[in-house]
Amino acid sequence: MKWKVRVTVRLKEGLNDPEGRVIGNALRSLGYTVENLRVPKYFEFELESDKPEEEVEGMCKKLLANPLIHDYEYSIEPVS
Amino acid sequence: MVKFAVVVFPGTNCDFETEGAIRKAGARAERVWYKRSLKDFDGVVLPGGFSYADYLRAGAIAARQEIMEEVNEFARDGKPVLGICNGFQILTEAGLLPGALRPNKVPRFLCRWVYLKVTDNETPFTSLYEPGEVIKMPIAHAEGNYYIGDPSEVRVVFQYSDESGDITEVANPNGSVLNIAAVANEKGNVLGTMPHPERASDRFLGSEDGLRVFKSMVGWARR
Repeated sequence: MKWKVRVTVRLKEGLNDPEGRVIGNALRSLGYTVENLRVPKYFEFELESDKPEEEVEGMCKKLLANPLIHDYEYSIEPVS
Repeated sequence: MVKFAVVVFPGTNCDFETEGAIRKAGARAERVWYKRSLKDFDGVVLPGGFSYADYLRAGAIAARQEIMEEVNEFARDGKPVLGICNGFQILTEAGLLPGALRPNKVPRFLCRWVYLKVTDNETPFTSLYEPGEVIKMPIAHAEGNYYIGDPSEVRVVFQYSDESGDITEVANPNGSVLNIAAVANEKGNVLGTMPHPERASDRFLGSEDGLRVFKSMVGWARR
């Protein structure tokens, strides 16, 4: 069966995000009162699998996220 | 004569200098494309550069290549494994060293000379340094901010310091925990360093302080 997978990987709370800080500063310089801007990574792909949850969990742990510094979440939907 | 492999991934760019520094230290060195085998080598060096263009996270893709299984065996068998800059990032991504190298706290690429304090001179890579000696080497990285939850889990080998060896916040270029610049595994045979010893391996480069990393490693591999 084929699935549409969307994975978001974000830095754990408390870890600084230099890219987020720079983008936040730029938005503030445009006059927006932005705070705590963070830049997560977002992946989307199609997956042919009988056990998509197990495989996506494995992908996150083995490559897409570094469990030491990242949290991740995902959604899996059947492709119609 | 002992022989070291200098592994070349797509995007590696410090392989020639690293090969030269190993030869200058008195061993044979050969640049080895990552699709080839590491058998018949006495040690392995992962040089600096931008493997896979730093896609995803610096070192993340190289760390998942098949050759890393062989590097893992070197580490397990107690043979010397040295990762420099991107090589250090690859070793942490591969789980051969604890911790992670995050983007610099100051969000830019840093390329300059730094002073380092030799915190641990009992590894195979630092035996020719005096304990607490202050040395000079260049850094060149965007992701060198060493993070580890519990620093007691790792052997700290070099720390960013000022010229007199004091570990200060001002001397910390990238935000690393405890000013950590280089770490080793528990056995000491796997070392990761963000500063480039090969770029400080001749006085005409501005410093010869890095050469002893290679001389220590070669001497140890010869035993």
